Amino acid sequence: MDRNGLEKQCLEVRRLIVKSVYEAGSGHPGGSLSGVELLTTLFENFLKFDPKNPKSDSRDYFILSKGHCAPLLYSIMAFKGYFPVEELKTLRKLGSRLQGHPDALKLPGIEVSTGSLGQGFGVAAGIALSLKIDKKVNKVYALLGDGELQEGTVWETAMAASHFKLDNFCAVIDSNKFQIDGSVETVMGVEPIKQKFESFGWECVQINGHDLKQVDEAYQAFLSHKSGKPFLIVADTLKGKGVSFMENTEKFHGKAPSPEEFEKAMIELGEKAL
Amino acid sequence: MIKKAMREAYGLKLVELGQKNQTIVVLDADLSGSTKTNLFQKQFPDRHFNMGIAECNMLLFASGMSIAGKTVFASSFAMFAAGRAWEIVRNTIAHDKLNVKIVATHAGISVGEDGGSHQANEDIAIMRAIPNMRVLCPADAYETGQIIEYASETEGPFYIRLTRDSSPVFLEERKTVFNPEKALVLEEGKEICIISTGLMTYTALMVQELLKSKNIFASVIHLSSIKPLDEKTLLQSVQKAKLVVVCEEHSIIGGLGSAVAECLSEKSPKKITRIGIPDVFGQSGKSDELFDYYGININKIVEKIEKIF
Ligand SMILES: Cc1ncc(C[n+]2csc(CCOP(=O)(O)OP(=O)(O)O)c2C)c(N)n1
Ligand SMILES: [Mg+2]
Repeated sequence: MDRNGLEKQCLEVRRLIVKSVYEAGSGHPGGSLSGVELLTTLFENFLKFDPKNPKSDSRDYFILSKGHCAPLLYSIMAFKGYFPVEELKTLRKLGSRLQGHPDALKLPGIEVSTGSLGQGFGVAAGIALSLKIDKKVNKVYALLGDGELQEGTVWETAMAASHFKLDNFCAVIDSNKFQIDGSVETVMGVEPIKQKFESFGWECVQINGHDLKQVDEAYQAFLSHKSGKPFLIVADTLKGKGVSFMENTEKFHGKAPSPEEFEKAMIELGEKAL
Repeated sequence: MIKKAMREAYGLKLVELGQKNQTIVVLDADLSGSTKTNLFQKQFPDRHFNMGIAECNMLLFASGMSIAGKTVFASSFAMFAAGRAWEIVRNTIAHDKLNVKIVATHAGISVGEDGGSHQANEDIAIMRAIPNMRVLCPADAYETGQIIEYASETEGPFYIRLTRDSSPVFLEERKTVFNPEKALVLEEGKEICIISTGLMTYTALMVQELLKSKNIFASVIHLSSIKPLDEKTLLQSVQKAKLVVVCEEHSIIGGLGSAVAECLSEKSPKKITRIGIPDVFGQSGKSDELFDYYGININKIVEKIEKIF
């Protein structure tokens, strides 16, 4: 998909995120909105997958390590044909395949259930190791939050991924500078992320995670790198990107918009409310 | 009846205790707005430490601070405080009898929409299995205050289990006094003995009333201390009962139902029915829908009792 198409698609994804969280009455819009360009680009132009055959041997693996941003993943999966867009209305409701956090047993296309932070990253590295010993060319991608980096196992995984030279593994940090209790810096500083991972033996690039050109180049760089190291994309982003009152705050980390806020958000996203 | 969340009472009690007791420090793991330790943080910013999303490290710091003389309260969601950090709780906090009070909120399926990954239905089981650990599960916000105060004054490790939702504050009018050695006999009735913990005790009282209207008479015993277990009151209360019903918002494996069954099968065998979450993972849904789905609301419990009694 070209840049123009991607731009439109990202806007669509943002609308679906806000709509589905609003319909659900709860959920996590902030970190979903910050990752839109990162994940839309990945699914449109890089990740190999077949919604009709989600367990295909030739697929690349994507793992949403920050599982609370399920509305982001579900919105993109709906567009890609894993399930009807209509089904997004069932998010977080009793009996739905669209659980509050991704559930691998309920929804085809989810590689592993996530929601407990830090775990998806390690699982992704395990998949990468397995592919590697089988000499397969499939790639593994994981999306993490910046607050998530505070979990200790993240650094165990970082160490092991470099130890095992998992150059088929690309981790993306959605560095939106906020977590639940406030800014990452005030809660428990994680910077400098790039230098930390570099010292752990990773190949790293730092980009603006809303600049589609930079996002595209970062994934290209992963696919062409020959360093033999695992690859990290540190993406500077805005939490809540696209909805003015959700931007740059922890307030909409885990809260649905009110009816008035919803109306306002949809107007900002270029669509009149339902 | 007024409703209030237990975690709200926890935060308020911490503020009150913080005034009196300078050794109290509070640790949290990026959930202070949800666990309500942020109330303490506002009053005593120098004695509140946000450890970030790092529950294991939080409990290691808690251990260290308790060794250096602090009375430590450490909070997160039950899933992460009990689940993620279990082995640290076992080998360091409980083994060395450290003065660490783990106050876990958002236990059970009442977490609702977040779904199975966040619904701790096994925490009582895994905490109860650890030597030296006291496991307390208040019935409402009123009893939560008493239990937090008791824990602050009692040396050693505690696991205190709280829930997310506002729930009826019903023990206040009964002026109950928390005593870990004394279960609360809330209602007396010969035929059935209902034993419950946590927010299910209010449900148990409603069940008792409904049964009474059908001429079935039940006693209701509230056990907020699952460990240690007040076996004396338990054995006395079940003496004449034809059926023992145990209610908890927890897996039927390893929780209060198991504790009661262990005690009674050795000392006074009885027919027991365990009301709790079956051996499955939870899922997203509204809290009341999930209570119905898993058969642990008033009507479903009465239905089940009528069927077997
Ligand atoms: C192990 C674990 N601890 C705590 C939580 C609760 N929690 C959910 S989201 C979140 C903050 C995440 O912040 P960040 O990683 O920066 O995500 P983003 O900003 O992208 O939403 C926390 C603490 C969790 N899901 N898992
Ligand atoms: Mg963040």
